This record gives sequence, C-alpha cells and structure tokens, in this order.
Amino acid sequence: MAITQAPRIVTSRLGFEDSHTLARYLSTGGYDGLRKALSMTPEAVASEVDAVSLLGRGGAGFPAGRKWSMLRKAATTYLVVNGDESEPATFKDHLLIERDPHQLIEGVVIAAYAIQASLVFVYIRGEFALGLERVQSALNDAYESGAVGPDIFGSGFSVDIVVHPGAGAYICGEETALLESLEGKRGFPRIKPPYFPAAIGLYGEPTVVNNVETLSNLPWVMVNGSAAYRALGAGRSTGTRLFALAGHVRNPGVYEVEMVKTTFRDLIFAPVLGGGIPGGRALKAIIPGGVSAPWFGPEHLDLPLGQDEVGDAGSMLGSGSVVVMDDTTCSVRAAWRVTRFFWRESCGQCTPCREGSGWLEKTLWRIETGAGRESDVDLLMDVCDNLSPGLNWPPQQTTICVLGPSIPSSVASAVRMFRDEFLVHVKDGACPHG
Amino acid sequence: LSPSPNEGRLSENVVARARALLELYPHPRSALIPICHLAQEQDGWLTPEAVEEIAALVGIEAAEVLGTVSFYEMLHTSPVGRYVVAVCTNIACLLRGAYELLDHAQRRLGVHAGATTADGAFTLEESECIADCGRAPCLHVNYRFFGDVTADDFDRLIEDLRAGRMDDEVPPHGTLTRVQRPFGLRVDPQTVRAEREAMAVAISSRASGAR
Repeated sequence: MAITQAPRIVTSRLGFEDSHTLARYLSTGGYDGLRKALSMTPEAVASEVDAVSLLGRGGAGFPAGRKWSMLRKAATTYLVVNGDESEPATFKDHLLIERDPHQLIEGVVIAAYAIQASLVFVYIRGEFALGLERVQSALNDAYESGAVGPDIFGSGFSVDIVVHPGAGAYICGEETALLESLEGKRGFPRIKPPYFPAAIGLYGEPTVVNNVETLSNLPWVMVNGSAAYRALGAGRSTGTRLFALAGHVRNPGVYEVEMVKTTFRDLIFAPVLGGGIPGGRALKAIIPGGVSAPWFGPEHLDLPLGQDEVGDAGSMLGSGSVVVMDDTTCSVRAAWRVTRFFWRESCGQCTPCREGSGWLEKTLWRIETGAGRESDVDLLMDVCDNLSPGLNWPPQQTTICVLGPSIPSSVASAVRMFRDEFLVHVKDGACPHG
Repeated sequence: LSPSPNEGRLSENVVARARALLELYPHPRSALIPICHLAQEQDGWLTPEAVEEIAALVGIEAAEVLGTVSFYEMLHTSPVGRYVVAVCTNIACLLRGAYELLDHAQRRLGVHAGATTADGAFTLEESECIADCGRAPCLHVNYRFFGDVTADDFDRLIEDLRAGRMDDEVPPHGTLTRVQRPFGLRVDPQTVRAEREAMAVAISSRASGAR
C-alpha cells in the first residue's frame, strides 16, 4: 500500500524534543503565517481560510471559514478555543497542546484577526496539567516577543489571550456547554436555536468556537496559501488530518495523513502507520471517529478517510479517532463500556439521554455478566430507538445536544453486527470471552 | 489526613492569585472554576470555608459555587488522598488490559475504586478516557500521566510516590499548572476601539483607491 507523501502541516516539529519552545518555533518558520496574515485585510484572511474548506477537526466537521462568516455583527466578538478533548480514544489535540503550543497560539491570533476579536479564551481540558503548563508558558513567551498583546508586530492589531482550565466533564467539549462552563456554570448545553454561538455565544455576544487542530492548520495555510492546501485531499475533505489510532494495533499513536488519499486499511496496516494487528489475529470491528460513531466491519477497510466518504457509508470521521478491535474482543463488553461512559457523562437535562443511557448500561451489563434474557436484545434496540427514532445516520435528535443520539451508535452497531454473540451470552449465562 | 494549615481558609497568596484571575474575565463568575483549582492547590479539596470565601470573591452565593462544583469530576467537596490515582478503563485501555490493571491496583492499595487508603496517601479512581490512548493502559496521578503501565510498573510507582521520590514530577493533589501568568490583560478596550476604526478607514480607502 502506498502512503502519500503529503507535507506535515500540523506535526512538522514533533520530531524535536524542544518542539514546545519559542526558540524552536522561531527557528522553524514560527509566526511567519501571522506576519503574512497581518499584512492582509481581515476579510482576505477569512476568505483564504474559507477557500481551503477547512472542515472543523473537533467532531462536527463544520467548515471553519463558514463558521466565521456566520458571526452576527456586533461591537464585541469572542474567539474561544476548544481544547477540551474528551471523546474516548481521541488524543490528537492533547499532542498538539503539549508539543506545539506556539503553533496553536499563532493559529489563534490569525483567527482572532480574521474575525476581529480582541479577547480569546483557550479552554483546555483540566486533566491536561502538562498541556496547561506548556500553553501558559508559550503564551507568556509569545506576549514577551510581541506575537500576542498590544499592537502585534507593529500591525495595529491587538489581542489578549487567556488560558482557561476545565474541571473534568466530557460534555464541555460540546461548544455551548463549553461556553456555559467558561461562564462559571454547570456544563449544560444550550438549546439551538436560538443559542448558536455565532449569534448568542459567550456572555450573549457573537462567538466563534474553534478546535485546537483546526486552528493549528492556519499558520501553514497562511504561509503556503489556500491552493497548496486544497491540492491535498479531495472534495470537501482537503488537507491532512490527524488520526488517533488505538486498540489492537502494533503501533498505536497519532498519525497525520492526507485526507481521502488514505484508507482505513492504510492507517491500520501500513508498516509506517498502525503496523497491523498483533499476534496474527483478525480484525473484528473498528470504531471510526470516536465512540459517538457507528462501528464498521472489515468490509469497510478500503473506505477513504474523507468526511463525506465515511458519512455516506453510515458513520463519521468525527473526532479523528480510530479504535481497532480484533477477534478476541467481546462486542457486548465493548458496547457496555462505551455506554457506561455516556451514562456517567450525560449532563442530565434531557430525559431520553439521562434515563436511556442508564437503561442501556444496566441491560448490557446483565447480558455481559450472564444474567441477560433473550428479550434484552430487542429491549436494547427499543431503548436506542427511543433515543434516536429510526436509528438512521445521521441520527435523529430527541435531546438538546448530540450526546443523546450518540449513545445508540455503539449499542445498535454491536447488536446489528454481532447479534449471535449477545444470544450466546444469554444462552450460556456467561461471557464466552471469560 | 493532615488538617489544613489555615483551617480551611484560603491563604493570602491564594486570595491574591484569585484576585488576579478575576481581572482576566469580563464577568467575575468566569473565574470560578480556575479559583476552585487554586483552592484545591492549597488543600487538595474544597473545604466549606474555602467555598464561602470563593463565593464572596466571585460575588455569588455559596450554593451557586456548589451548584457548579458538583458538576465537575476534578472538583472535590470532601477530602481526597495526597495522590489521586486514576486508572482509565475506557475503550482503548479496556482493549489493552485496563480492568486487569484496575484489579491489581485495588489489591495493591487495598481499597476499591472511589475510596481512599486509611493513611490518606492514595485515592483510587476508575477514570474515563484521559486522551493518552497511544500508551494504553494508562493512568494519571494528580493529572501527571503514565502510559503502558504493567502491574510491576504500578507497584514501583506506588513505592516511589510513597517514598517521596517523585515529588518533582507529581505535586500533591490540586496543583494543576505550575506556570503562572505574570501579568493581567494588556489590551486596553479603548485602544481596540481606535484600532478597529482605523482598520475600517484603511479598508474603505483601499477599496476606493482600487476603484
């Protein structure tokens, strides 16, 4: 299999031990993209980003340029950075935050300039202690070197950036919950409409919320131009993307690959990437795009890693995570653990999510531990259908945010793909995997 | 558990840092969670006295502080051990032996997940994904991450922590970031207004010049 020789757009410095320092950043082209952006008008910067079709890398895949263009005109506009990476098996923003904080800061200032924000909050998952230290340290250096603060590089553009720690809640990765959290409240998602951040965001002002990886692409886009970026990938899925590969592979880790030109098979099996499944075991299933995504079987391995390609096949690239499960994996146990996560992390506002997650978790656990009934398998699908009527993809929503309709993804996938395995648990009164 | 040196009250240093945090936000309540982290840096958890003081600093009721605090996994309203050891068991770790590691941790520490050892040294938690899945199974101790953890690694880690050999790497529970922001906001709102106006003028003159 051939892995395309695409440039490293967001991971170019990670080979250096000191990739997080200002000295290394400046010696590798750091802040050149910002200088270029500041020589253009904000509108020109925004249209350059709009032209590259930079699909948001947080999970929803909404184009960054379009997000910016939807801002309500107002005297105050906020930019908020979503660094609350918490989708299970997703660990690529964590890497960028710890290993290349200046790249993030540069992307932040470029975006702030484009939307003319003067105050930015970088919301970083509270558990990322080293990440918080690295970003604060980089930010202090960036202020001292004139890349952040008043009159940046003598351009007449000023912006303040504040690093804000979260405190442990998955739902705060949802952008309106993140804004509530940033306002010092419980992380309850807001109902949309009317609370689209671009219209009514932080403190009621128009706000853009962009993901860490999304913003980390901007310095490269500014230096190399939108045409170079668009030349990579295909269709709407341009550029490269980080994939966090985990589970039953030889080389779990974060890989930057060209979108669409790379397949799941490449990612999992190429010797320079995942390196295949250890122990000569066979692939059972993969979870593409975070645990909110429906599962794929081996028949999907040759699917290109593109947003629409994966969407059309009934799942999503989502948060850029790929979990590999080999044939020793118990599908009931895997679905149970994912469901337990959603049950723990449901904010509790909406009944289908709060109650449905608990019902599913309890039912899956009793099947897994041998106390299940044959009717439980249909019960699972019935509860899933209550959470997301029709169980289609993209899912129908019965709740304020998308956490609710994400819950059936694993459960319905496991039942549809491995129904016999559920029935064996019930018949034997035990998990066949021990 | 050792009593707090200030009997739960926030030290002058913490109060000063909290006031500096309040200056960073247009609305004081936004500083609530960062200030809670500061209070935990002092005591490892949020004492009732600290909650009252935080409420006064932020300008809200103590009940509102608790309303926010109770939502978040990292904020504690009862004492925790000097070291909170959190073993991830979510999907990526589960596939690579996380539950076996958690079982071992429970036996080694003699407590179930969710409990604190009798000497107050360790609180064991079963954690959700901590985004270190490339090194599964993984855990964190006071949010310092350890990957590819075997049972032997775990035992060594506990011994090292107990013996104080990791004090540099793993500060006591509550210390999130040891890098401070040494200054407040630097951009004056009036300057911003002037800049934006100048920018608008420049753009319109460029546009008319091009015509």
